[in-house]
Amino acid sequence: MTDLTKTPADAVAAAEPMVRAENVHKSYGPVEVLKGIDLEVKQGEVFCLIGPSGSGKSTFLRCINHLEKINGGRLWVDGELVGYQQRGDKLHELRDREVAVKRRDIGMVFQRFNLFPHMTAIENVIEAPVQVKGENKAAARERGMALLERVGLADKAKNYPSQLSGGQQQRVAIARALAMKPKLMLFDEPTSALDPELVGDVLDVMRGLAEEGMTMVVVTHEMGFAREVGDALVFMDGGVVVEAGNPREVLTNPQHERTRAFLSKVL
Amino acid sequence: MNSLDKGTAGQGRPETIKAVPVRHPGRWAGAVVIALLAAMLLSALFTNPAFKWDIVGKYLFHDSIVHGMVVTLELTALSMLMGVVGGIVLAVMRLSPNPLLSGTAWVYIWVFRGTPVLVQLVMWNFLGLIWAKLSIGVPWGPEFWSESTNVLIPTFVAALLGLGLNEAAYMAEIVRGGIQSVDEGQTEAAHALGMSQFQTMRRIILPQAMRVIIPPTGNETISMLKTTSLVSVISLEEIFRAGQVIYSRNYQNIPLLIVVSLWYLFFTSVLTIGQYYIERHYARGSNRTLPPTPLQRLRGLFAGKPAPKTTADVVPGLEGGGHV
Ligand SMILES: Nc1ncnc2c1ncn2[C@@H]1O[C@H](COP(=O)(O)OP(=O)(O)OP(=O)(O)O)[C@@H](O)[C@H]1O
Ligand SMILES: [Mg+2]
Repeated sequence: MTDLTKTPADAVAAAEPMVRAENVHKSYGPVEVLKGIDLEVKQGEVFCLIGPSGSGKSTFLRCINHLEKINGGRLWVDGELVGYQQRGDKLHELRDREVAVKRRDIGMVFQRFNLFPHMTAIENVIEAPVQVKGENKAAARERGMALLERVGLADKAKNYPSQLSGGQQQRVAIARALAMKPKLMLFDEPTSALDPELVGDVLDVMRGLAEEGMTMVVVTHEMGFAREVGDALVFMDGGVVVEAGNPREVLTNPQHERTRAFLSKVL
Repeated sequence: MNSLDKGTAGQGRPETIKAVPVRHPGRWAGAVVIALLAAMLLSALFTNPAFKWDIVGKYLFHDSIVHGMVVTLELTALSMLMGVVGGIVLAVMRLSPNPLLSGTAWVYIWVFRGTPVLVQLVMWNFLGLIWAKLSIGVPWGPEFWSESTNVLIPTFVAALLGLGLNEAAYMAEIVRGGIQSVDEGQTEAAHALGMSQFQTMRRIILPQAMRVIIPPTGNETISMLKTTSLVSVISLEEIFRAGQVIYSRNYQNIPLLIVVSLWYLFFTSVLTIGQYYIERHYARGSNRTLPPTPLQRLRGLFAGKPAPKTTADVVPGLEGGGHV
C-alpha cells in the first residue's frame, strides 16, 4: 500500500497532473474489478482509455467522479484526494455535501446520454448552473444558448430529448456538462450508442474541446479519434493497465500480446 | 385501388391514397344492443314508483345534503393532502440507505395497511378512552402543557387522522413505485452535475416519477371520495350521514340514497376529467405527441382508425379503476 503521509505536492511539485491514480483498487463485494491502476492524466491532455468489455473502464471513470468509492490505493483530481480527506495520518470519508461540491468541477458524458426527459434542451443545460451554483436564470439561459450554439443545436433549444436524435441528445449532454465550467471532462463511450452517421458530429464537438485545451478522459472504441486527437492512451484488461503510451505508437505497434489480440478484433 | 395504380405508374409525386376504410359492422351491432338495454333500464328506473323521483328532486339541493357534500369534499381534499405528503415522506424514508429511517417507514406501512381503515377511524375517535389527556413534557418527568383529548381531537380531526394516515401508507407504496421507475442514469447524471440528494429528488426524480404516480393517485382520490362515507360511523355529518339522518325521520330511504349517489357520481366524474388532463400534463417530454383527448378517441372508434397509441396510455396496470 502507498505511504499514507505522502501528498501529491511533494511528489510532483512542478506540473500538477489533473488525475493521478496510485494502485487504485475497487471491488463490488467479493468481485475485484480494479486491481491496482496506476496512471497520470496531465493538464490539457486528451487521455484515451480502451479495453475489452468488463475490463473496468467505466468503473474507473466513475471513481474519478466520486460515483464509486475506491477500496484501496490513492486517487487525486487536481491535487485533491478523491472521496477522502487526509488529516494527519488518518483518512476521513467525505460527506455527501462535500462530494457534491467536488463533482461540480468534473463534467461527465454517458453512453446513454442520460438527459433529463422532462426538460427541454435548454432547461437541461441551465438546470445545474441555476440550482447548484445559484446563477441568475436569464444569464444562465444566455450562456446556455451560446453552448447549444457551439454544439450546433441552437435551433433545438426548445425540444425535449425525445424529440432529438441520439447524436443531438449527446451533444446537448456535452453542453450540459460544459455549463458547469468543468476543469475536467469524462466521456464514457460517448458514441457507442449512436448510429454510425451520427458519430461524426459528436466527435467534432469533442475535437473542438480538445483544441481549446480541455482536459479529457475518454473511454472509446473510436480508434481513429484516439489516434488523431489523443495525447495518451491506456489499454486496460481485467482491471489492470496492460499497456500505456502515445496512442499512435500503441495502436500501430502494440508491445503486449493482449493488446495485439484486442486491437486485431476492433481495428 | 385505381388511385394506387396511378400513383406507381405516374412520374413525380404520387396521389394520396384514397382507400375505403375497414368497416366495423360488429361495433355498430353492439352499439344498437347496448342502446336497447340502456333504454330498458332507464324506463325501469323512471316508471318504478319506489324511486320517487319527485322526492329525489326535492332533497337534491336540501341544505343539510349540500352541507354534507361540502364536508365530504373537505375531508377528501385534506386527507388526500395528508396522504400524498405523508406518502412522499414515507417513500423517501423507505428508500433511504439509513436503516433507522427505512425501518420506521416499513413498520408504519405495515401497521396502517394491515388494519382496516374503519377500525382506525373508530380508534382515533375513541382516543379519549385510551388517554384522557394529551400532554407535552419530559417522559416520566415534568409536564409543560396538557389538554383533554376530546377537545384536542374533535370528530372532524379524528376522521382526518383516520383517513389521512391510512392513505399515507398506500400512497407511500405508489410513490415508491414511481421513484423506482425512474432510470438510475438520471440520478447519476444529476449527481455528476453536483446536485445534492435533495435537489436530485425534487428536481429530477419526483417530476419523472409523477407520470407513474399520478394515475393511481387519481384513483386513490376517487376512492377516497367514497371512503369518506365510512366516517358516518363516528357521527360526522358528511353527505351519507346527512342522508341517513333525513331518512331516519321521513323513511324515504331509497330516494335519499339516490340523492347521495348522484352527488358522489357527479364529483367522481369531475375528478376523472381532472385526472385525465393532469396526466396529459405530466406526459410532456415522454412522448413525441400528446395522447388524444377522449373526444378524439371516440371519433376514432367509429371512423375506423384506431386511436393513436402512445406510451402514456399503456403504463401497465395503472389504467382503469382503483381498489374499492
Ligand atoms: N454495481 C456493480 N455491482 C457489481 N458488479 C459491477 C457493478 N458495476 C460493474 N460491475 C462489474 O465490474 C466489471 C467492470 O465493469 P465496467 O462497467 O467498469 O466495465 P467496462 O470496461 O466499462 O465495460 P464496457 O466496455 O462493457 O462498458 C464488470 O465485470 C461488471 O460486471
Ligand atoms: Mg463501460
